[in-house]
Amino acid sequence: MTFLKTTVSAAALAALAAGAAQARDEIRIVGSSTVFPYTQAVAEQFSNVTGAPSPIVESTGTGGGMKIFCGGIGEGHPDLTGASRAMKPSEWELCATNGVTDVTEALIGYDGLSIAISRAAPNDWDLTLEQVFLALAAELPTADGWVANPNKKWSDIDASLPDIAILAYGPPPTSGTRDAFVELAMHPGCEARPAMKALKEADKDAHKAAVKEKCSLIRQDGPFVDAGENDNLIVQRLNADPNAMGIFGYSFLYENMDVLKAVNINGVAPSSDSIGDFSYPISRPLYFYVKNAHRGVIPNLQEFIEEYMSDDAMEPGGYLSERGMVVLPDDVRAKTQDAVINGESMAVPQS
Amino acid sequence: MTDLSTQDAPFAGSGSSLMRRRNRRQVMLQGLGLAAISFAALMLFVLIASLVSTGYKAFIQTHITVEVFVDPEEISVEKLPRGGFRDVLLASLQKEFPDVEGRAELRSLQNIFSNGAQFQLRDMVSADQSLIGQTVTLRAPVSDPFDQLAKGLVKRETPEQLRRVSDREIDWFDTLDAAGKISQPVNWGLITNADSRFPELAGLKGALVGSFWALLVCFLISFPLGIGAAIYLEEFAPKNRWSDLIEVNINNLAAVPSVVFGLLALAVFIGWFGMPRSAPIVGGMTLALMTMPTIIIATRAALKAVPPSIREAALGVGASRHQVVFGHVLPLAMPGILTGTIIGLAQALGETAPLLLIGMNAFITSAPTSPFDSATALPTQIFIWADSPERGFVSRTSAAILVLLTFLITMNAVAIYLRSKFERKW
Repeated sequence: MTFLKTTVSAAALAALAAGAAQARDEIRIVGSSTVFPYTQAVAEQFSNVTGAPSPIVESTGTGGGMKIFCGGIGEGHPDLTGASRAMKPSEWELCATNGVTDVTEALIGYDGLSIAISRAAPNDWDLTLEQVFLALAAELPTADGWVANPNKKWSDIDASLPDIAILAYGPPPTSGTRDAFVELAMHPGCEARPAMKALKEADKDAHKAAVKEKCSLIRQDGPFVDAGENDNLIVQRLNADPNAMGIFGYSFLYENMDVLKAVNINGVAPSSDSIGDFSYPISRPLYFYVKNAHRGVIPNLQEFIEEYMSDDAMEPGGYLSERGMVVLPDDVRAKTQDAVINGESMAVPQS
Repeated sequence: MTDLSTQDAPFAGSGSSLMRRRNRRQVMLQGLGLAAISFAALMLFVLIASLVSTGYKAFIQTHITVEVFVDPEEISVEKLPRGGFRDVLLASLQKEFPDVEGRAELRSLQNIFSNGAQFQLRDMVSADQSLIGQTVTLRAPVSDPFDQLAKGLVKRETPEQLRRVSDREIDWFDTLDAAGKISQPVNWGLITNADSRFPELAGLKGALVGSFWALLVCFLISFPLGIGAAIYLEEFAPKNRWSDLIEVNINNLAAVPSVVFGLLALAVFIGWFGMPRSAPIVGGMTLALMTMPTIIIATRAALKAVPPSIREAALGVGASRHQVVFGHVLPLAMPGILTGTIIGLAQALGETAPLLLIGMNAFITSAPTSPFDSATALPTQIFIWADSPERGFVSRTSAAILVLLTFLITMNAVAIYLRSKFERKW
């Protein structure tokens, strides 16, 4: 027994010591859950084609990814991070204080946020962003200040809309998708209200503050249901209730077109064309950021970036668009491929 | 008061209404207990039934069998492992459908094959270069939309533009099926493949190996340390305020939510010690922190259950305290200790939260070969699959849960077996 104990403890200690001295020969990637499926696709293709060790891709969310990415230079820190928005100045500063100053920004494509409803729903839906805001905001701007959102049914918002209770399943506040939805759908919808327009005329700063604080609040009195990070769950709930709407990334709608249909926004249905030319209003750019100091140091990193930027992946009909990403227009793509493969450093973000 | 109740009550007369109330309460209590158990059993049944009904389809996988001519013009020895394997595969299908023309049409014909088929062929040819210039039979998975079609999860009645497979593609598939080229064997890939973004290729190998390494590390750390701590506390430590304090803290530690241990591991193991993210060694160490209190408590209970007469008898014939513990008490307590350990490890196997924090939810397309390689674990793999948009992952998630449950039930069964087989009653 004592012998067993000694050997076992010795083995455990040896394991600990070895762990600390571990070097890294695979690429490490963190970042947005929206970019995750695309990076996954490149990682798998890359390791299958070249036989290199498979890159390790973690889905941490855009903000969480930036925090880890900007932690420093060296083997202990990831090489790439995916982002569903551009890097913020505060994140740039964090990077700079930790010595991460030479970073290349790569715009890889666009992603649309879709509002979807079951195929079994009796009506076809077409909403404006203002109607979306009126349905989901916590408080509405009026000439006499902010009032709690009184709308319970769609017909309360506009008589032409069906007499159905408002019910939308959407992402939780921690999600990048939620941030994007607030910024791309709620803010424009809020600013379209007459009271906000009047405020903008009267006092620009107050208007800006109101947009940031009040327009971002999603109601918590029932019609909006926080459905957690799992988009598949939302899809199932929509199937069970034909009057409920769901808010999630376009790739989920694309994969489930047989059971779901899109709610058109301003008369435009989400599709790769309408997302790419921004005629569908709720679309956002997708990026990844790469540390140039790691190129040539971490084995295969440069080759991996070349695979990510290859025509096979990025062109229309390439394997990224097969997963639902909306590709860049030809001229932008050529420029991006050039800049990213050659490791052009990004400028300091301004806003 | 009716005749019936007078007959039933054991003591008729003045106290019978009290008696009746007592009996009624008795019946009600039994009824409530029965209802609670039935409810629990019903919920368990619903859980298992829903998992099995969605998951069983992932245990078979639709395959396509084709005769592939390994064209020396596309594939040459010098260029291996690179070569036109996709084109060669496509050519084999073109033989079946000579009228298919045009780039887009050919692309969709190609899409019947899983993306893994070309690599399967590549590995075959790389392993045996004499195959170049010959015709080989290849059985490869079909891609997810066709797999869903074959399993009836994509309905043919759905209007064409709403399906992932077009009418044309369904025709191709049916022609191949009629020619006996489509088969649905058991999906061993679910166990033997590592993760993939293609549902038809994705398997649990990486997660199983990762969980194995993590549990091994967890066992190697928590078992000796847990038993050591328990023996000291139970057999040697003086009973005073300090040992009471330690005991209270160990009991509290057992109740700490696991996510806290994950944060601790993130700060200490990864932050200070600079250990690699996503590695099963870190996962195992984190789980060991969680499992140790369980083992200490179980071991102490087992040691306590050994009657004092055994210790006194051993001491009486001149054994030292050390000899008493290791020669007599510990062997007798071993069944109880092992039971506690196995239950602790089973708990650790199903633990997700701390592993998410240390990055064991990464996407990795190869299985780890040591505890230092990045890996996922079973519960985190379920987490990743549950969040994937492809349809095929819905059934695979349920299948993965069934695999995890199988392991948990097996471990608990072993614990019960050990207990009933070796436990001694005094």
